[in-house]
Amino acid sequence: MLNFIARRIVFMFVALWAVTLISFFIINLPEGDYVTAYIAQLQATGSTVDAAEAANLRKFYGLDKPLYIQYGKWMNQIFLQQNLGFSFEYNQPVTNVISERLLLTIILAIFCVIFIWVIAIPFGIISAVKQYSIWDYLFTFLGFVGLAIPDFMIALIAMYLFFVWFDFSPGGLFSPEFVGVPWSWARVKDLIDHIWIPMVVLGTAGTASLMRITRANLLDELSKPYVITARAKGLSEWRLIMKYPVRLALNPAISLTAYILPYLISGSIIVGVVLSLPTVGPMLVRALVAQDMFLAGGIILLIGFMTVIGTFISDILLLIVDPRIRLGDS
Amino acid sequence: MVSKVLNIFNRSKDNQSAPNDSIELATQRQLIWRRFKRHRLGFSASIVVALFYFVVLFADFLSTAPPVDYAAKRGYMPPQGIDFFKDGHFMSVCDVSGERNMDTFLMEFEADCDNSQPISFFAKGYEYKLWGLIKTDRHLLGMTDETKDPNAWIHLFGTDKQGRDVFSRTMHATRVSLTIGLVGVALSIIFGIFLGAISGYYGGLIDSLIQRFIEIIRSVPTIPLYMGLSSAFPDDWTINQVYFMITVIISLFAWTDLARVIRGRFLALKDEDFVTAARLNGAKTMRVIFVHMLPSFYSHIIAQASLSLPLMIVTETSLSFLGLGLRPPAVSYGVLLKDAQNVQSVANMPWLFIPAIAVIVVILALNFMGDGIRDAADPYQEV
Repeated sequence: MLNFIARRIVFMFVALWAVTLISFFIINLPEGDYVTAYIAQLQATGSTVDAAEAANLRKFYGLDKPLYIQYGKWMNQIFLQQNLGFSFEYNQPVTNVISERLLLTIILAIFCVIFIWVIAIPFGIISAVKQYSIWDYLFTFLGFVGLAIPDFMIALIAMYLFFVWFDFSPGGLFSPEFVGVPWSWARVKDLIDHIWIPMVVLGTAGTASLMRITRANLLDELSKPYVITARAKGLSEWRLIMKYPVRLALNPAISLTAYILPYLISGSIIVGVVLSLPTVGPMLVRALVAQDMFLAGGIILLIGFMTVIGTFISDILLLIVDPRIRLGDS
Repeated sequence: MVSKVLNIFNRSKDNQSAPNDSIELATQRQLIWRRFKRHRLGFSASIVVALFYFVVLFADFLSTAPPVDYAAKRGYMPPQGIDFFKDGHFMSVCDVSGERNMDTFLMEFEADCDNSQPISFFAKGYEYKLWGLIKTDRHLLGMTDETKDPNAWIHLFGTDKQGRDVFSRTMHATRVSLTIGLVGVALSIIFGIFLGAISGYYGGLIDSLIQRFIEIIRSVPTIPLYMGLSSAFPDDWTINQVYFMITVIISLFAWTDLARVIRGRFLALKDEDFVTAARLNGAKTMRVIFVHMLPSFYSHIIAQASLSLPLMIVTETSLSFLGLGLRPPAVSYGVLLKDAQNVQSVANMPWLFIPAIAVIVVILALNFMGDGIRDAADPYQEV
């Protein structure tokens, strides 16, 4: 077990490191650097910067040094000072700009995972136990469709239907009076009132795949001899199914959560744009279009971290649930 | 194993089209083809896919207007129906005249059906080069009369804000989006085969390094990375450069599924007798991999590739939809759907949503086809 945990921790750190490399790469990808952007901003307000001053600025920020030293400084800044750089578009440190949006992104992801579990597992169980019934076909068909249609398309269709049927456009996560105010119970309630549409839209694909996995695993388990033994001993059917095969079939469901998390985050960015959610997605798009690279890089870094850590947590969950891994090769 | 063989016999008896004695002589490819034909959903989906690729080949021929031809006067015109057997013409459309409503500033169109315009198949239209080679001006549908009335247009799917023909744009978008998928799949097959083969054939340290690398790629959300990379394209790039780089970027992360499948097959096969025999005969490693082993699981590669094709199309569509992929004047599904982003406009102009239906249909069809091929390609799996 310790072996397993140690391996996962090492892997998590390697993955986190890879995320920092990728983010730094993306920050440095566009032509020009921080100073170019700074000068452009100054010029926009009317003041000018001559070449010598620009060189001084570059020296001050260490931009004349090779990239690996810049990377070292950047990492140092992030981990020792919690400073992700400065956003030109908002004229504020990146951390200030994204903190609430990041929190809402995390909340949305957690809600989605819960939604996926609550919907997919019971439906998966029903379609396995009642194989080839009308329910099985219905869920399988819905699963296929949910898996195949991209998230943002579902979001567009949902927006369209809501607009046509109920004459309102489901955008945002708060009512107007709760935008940008401090947290309170009323605000939490308002959030819960609004979060379900993006939750359903985002969770559809994950629900579909988890449902199919649960169904397939449970079907494998149901034909095993221990199930027949238990049935022969007179255990009631539902108790039997819930107590043994379902428990075994749930393990792959947990490991699948780790697998769908990156897709969920990817999806939340596009869905966030369509439904204009106050998550990091729309901000990332805007930052990239405006070439506000510290903001964009910071967002990519943080959602990368979020996903890697989420994956790690679900691995540990699997460890708790599945004794075969817990007691296995240690 | 015996029961499997018997099973195949039983099935071939059910299937009247396949003669019984041919089952032993059938090649692997024929067996897969027969199984695939029996997979009804997959087979019908493949017909839909074939139709879409027909559009890819003949996008210009099917279009009724150049996809970038704009005319503000014709903005947001609703779809036109075709009348059959009217006024002595086999097919005709009504004359449409538009006038701007000065309260809403929207164009309002009125169809003058007393004055219908004949249209016909293989009519002359705008000039184009078929596959970049053959210069022609023939189109599937067009005005019969070449000296046409300025009020006579064919807009089967209506027009967008700038008065561009949505039908023709959908045809061209199909070409762009579906070929991006194909090129991307081709690139990721190359990556996937190369890394999967090395990983599975050598095993050991190289294998675990490549596997950890794949795991890292898979544990990072890809859309933000694609966005970050594609936002760095210089503004002065041509459509073709952007097009090419998008496919490269997409396949940069999409090869991992394929590499995993291939690695698994290599691991399973590397101790088989025929591989050992080839090696003992002095075949070089590359020859063993590419000549002896790889052909034995072409079918798996095809199945996996056809399953990753829809993913590629979705990725490109998403990127262009966000404004970070292909940019106008390029036409792709994502670029078209960008117009449908504003719900209010879609509610009044539902025909802008037609490209979305095309995307959903082609993605579903590709998925069903991929599943069908996968089921057919794996002889050890029950269908």
